[in-house]
Amino acid sequence: MNAIIVSALLGVILMFCSWGLKSESLQKNIALIGLLVLIVANLAQLNGWYVIDIDTKGMLSFSSFGLYANTILFILTFLYLWINAEEIEAIGHQSADFYALFFFILCGASILTSFDNLLMLFIGIEILSIPLYILTGSDKKNLLSNEAALKYFLMGAFSTGILLLGITLCYGAIGSFRLEAPVIIPSKGMALEQYLLSAGLILIFASMNFKVSAAPFHFWTPDVYDGAPTVFTSFMATIVKAAGFIAFVSIFHAQSKALGYSWELLLTFVILATLLVGNISAVFQRSVKRMLAYSSIAQAGFMLFALYGVSDFANEGILLYAVVYSVASIGIFAVLVKMKDYGFEAFNGLSKTHPLLAFVTTIFLLSLAGIPLTGGFFAKYYMLNAILSAGAGLWVVIIAVIFAAISVYYYFKVIQAMYFIQGTPAIKELPTTYTYKLLVLAIILLVLGVFPNLLFNYLYF
Amino acid sequence: MFLLSFLLIPIVAAILLLFIQHEKRAQDIAIVASVVSLAAAVNMLFINVSTVDLTWLQVLNSRFVLQADGLAKILILLTAISFPAIFIATSKNHVAQKNIFLSLMLFTQAGLMGVFLAGDALLFYFFWELALIPVYFLCSIWGGEKRIAVTFKFFIYTFLGSLIMLIGIIYMYMHTKDHSFAFASFMEAGLTNTQQVTAFALFFIAFAIKMPIFPLHTWQPDAYDQSPTAVTMVLSAVMVKMGLYGVLRWLMPLFPSAFSAHTNIVMILSIIGILYASFIAIKQDNIKKLIAYSSIAHIGLMSAALFANKEVGTQGVLIQLFSHGINVLGLWIIADLIEQQTGTKSLSEMGGLAKKQPTLAILLVAFSFANVALPLTNAFVGEFLMFNSLFQVNPWMAAAAGVSVVLAAIYTLNMVQKCAYGDVSVAIQKMTTNKPAQAVLIVLIIIVFVTGVYPQPLFDLTKDTLLELFVK
Repeated sequence: MNAIIVSALLGVILMFCSWGLKSESLQKNIALIGLLVLIVANLAQLNGWYVIDIDTKGMLSFSSFGLYANTILFILTFLYLWINAEEIEAIGHQSADFYALFFFILCGASILTSFDNLLMLFIGIEILSIPLYILTGSDKKNLLSNEAALKYFLMGAFSTGILLLGITLCYGAIGSFRLEAPVIIPSKGMALEQYLLSAGLILIFASMNFKVSAAPFHFWTPDVYDGAPTVFTSFMATIVKAAGFIAFVSIFHAQSKALGYSWELLLTFVILATLLVGNISAVFQRSVKRMLAYSSIAQAGFMLFALYGVSDFANEGILLYAVVYSVASIGIFAVLVKMKDYGFEAFNGLSKTHPLLAFVTTIFLLSLAGIPLTGGFFAKYYMLNAILSAGAGLWVVIIAVIFAAISVYYYFKVIQAMYFIQGTPAIKELPTTYTYKLLVLAIILLVLGVFPNLLFNYLYF
Repeated sequence: MFLLSFLLIPIVAAILLLFIQHEKRAQDIAIVASVVSLAAAVNMLFINVSTVDLTWLQVLNSRFVLQADGLAKILILLTAISFPAIFIATSKNHVAQKNIFLSLMLFTQAGLMGVFLAGDALLFYFFWELALIPVYFLCSIWGGEKRIAVTFKFFIYTFLGSLIMLIGIIYMYMHTKDHSFAFASFMEAGLTNTQQVTAFALFFIAFAIKMPIFPLHTWQPDAYDQSPTAVTMVLSAVMVKMGLYGVLRWLMPLFPSAFSAHTNIVMILSIIGILYASFIAIKQDNIKKLIAYSSIAHIGLMSAALFANKEVGTQGVLIQLFSHGINVLGLWIIADLIEQQTGTKSLSEMGGLAKKQPTLAILLVAFSFANVALPLTNAFVGEFLMFNSLFQVNPWMAAAAGVSVVLAAIYTLNMVQKCAYGDVSVAIQKMTTNKPAQAVLIVLIIIVFVTGVYPQPLFDLTKDTLLELFVK
């Protein structure tokens, strides 16, 4: 509750900042301090201290898992802003407007981590999505950005409609918006309700797949990620996606019984399609930015493993995956932002001119590829373990692993450009502190690569 | 805690090297570090080493366990001998950014040591990958013309193999009673026959790619040819042993019934590989490729003997793990000396080494004898035992594999003939004496003959592994 209230308030405050304050660096500092306040407020609730203690009548429920997920999302946002603030300032007139949008997104995310009612899910998704449409189109003079925003808005609105239809059907079947609904037994003459519920859940499933860009609902992703200003792509592909996944997992862990065996079949299809589309398309990209867009689809395929069954591995795994994938992606996008063009050739010879930057980029890429000693390995490990212990066939896992090997191909193309091909990198001037900020991200990945349990030690107390 | 030093010495030295630009000093540090590792390895043979067991990932029930039995010890000894030998023998080679090169080499050494020492499946997987990453960078930065594509093929091949092994590890983990990665828990998992076959297949693919067994060998000759020679030495002397080690450490004890059900098919594949590689070796004019194919043939024989699943054959393999490493290392050092000084890899451009560099020519002949497993050389002991086991299983297979000895004689002696005899060619005329490399070669050849005449220490060293595998 604290997080929802505080983030909404901070959003409003920053909206006024853009009107009252002229100094952009002051606006940035207010946003960063605001995030710290948000983190503290959320941690306070985790320790049982509420700003306002309201009875939400079963609309929201706050588990330690959800609150912990909040903390992680806020910390990621903090890292993201800390690194990217200058780039955000370069876009548009008033960066405080964007910061306000970030806080609204975080408000939506905190609803998504704590909803207990399908209506709240809907509201959370809307609060999360609408600022995203604005962020996508924020580069007003760029046609691609406008196109991306329009495309995203139209398709997003359409998928929200589907979500609403799904929720309605579920309500029709069980007469409640509650997530943990009573199980419908067809043998008691409730076959129609069973069909309604299944149809509703499948529609919700499709819409959520759209939000996390899983195939076959992924078509918007490459264009939107490519068209949006790179800093905002970074935010969409990481924090927003992580929030979407946490919501996705909590609905379907609660509802997987209702769909039974066919559910696993459906999910397997989506997982394999996502891995196939993401990885194979990424292989053929010439622009690193577009490659990362497809790779984010591919990574979503791995995250979907957590939906397969309820287990500790699934819950911990989705958190670990979200953190590791987000940190690495924030890092790689932060490097990309500084490139003059987004082709693979732009990275040629980076190791000669910027050895430290090339090194941290390598860590990010190794982590995305899931190589041991980086957090990416344990993230993939947890996911494999989750799906195997949920009883999926070995063949699904083997196919997934083959795709993981394919992903090495396109991630390593960047490493090859940086280290093995001569040339001058097309990179803008870098402030010296910038690389050190990225080094912090790389160190997080390395630490999680050896001690992933550090992340979970706080989950159970 | 003693075993930890095998990881710490190379890692500390490798990190130190990153900051030392001075070429000569970097070289010295690498040599000192590798010699200290060697001293530790020799010391290990005479003392009782205790297992290292530290808390690592409690959530997953995985512990940081290092342990050394005979199998691990013989491979650690081989690794510890190889690295100083490589560093000293190639010390005169010009390498850009030498400190980084040496640093990555030492990281590789740490990874290899970790693979051989790990007593926990997850830790084993960790080191298995870690040994690969520095090699990827070494080959791609300092390799030959086609290095990037070739190394990439090598990397993706082995990475795919190890990911499949990871599934195997998770599969085993789920079947253990206490959900742990410890070797002992894996042993007690009590799999049914079908489950064993599944797990066996998942592990086997990774090892088969690494060895490599026909038809998964296609990454190897190019990778050997295109890598900088120092790395090729590591790859063919030590790294291919990871696959054989994996079979001995994991496949044989954990999945006995699946193992014996698949012996024939793997033996046949191995023998096809042996003959195939031998025939190609005969046709090679490139000395590096010749040694590469000859190495594939030798490893093929070792894998055939392992899958014969007989005590003698396994004993032969345990010895041969060490001997093959020493022999192939010697051949690579000679090939590298010639290539560095003359700039050619082509046998037809060589000739007259015996007149120009008599010592080197004698050493070449001696290593060639070891390569064809002549009596008195170390390889004879191992190969004799291995053929013995093949014969016990199926005389026809032994005969087919036996052809490889004849073929080995053909290509090896052909190499010696072209290289050492005849008039001094233009290329060989440029050769000068490289004292450090020759010293290394002399040490290696002493090992070849000493272990050839008196192999008992090697038998004693590996006795416990053999007992573990066959008496139980």
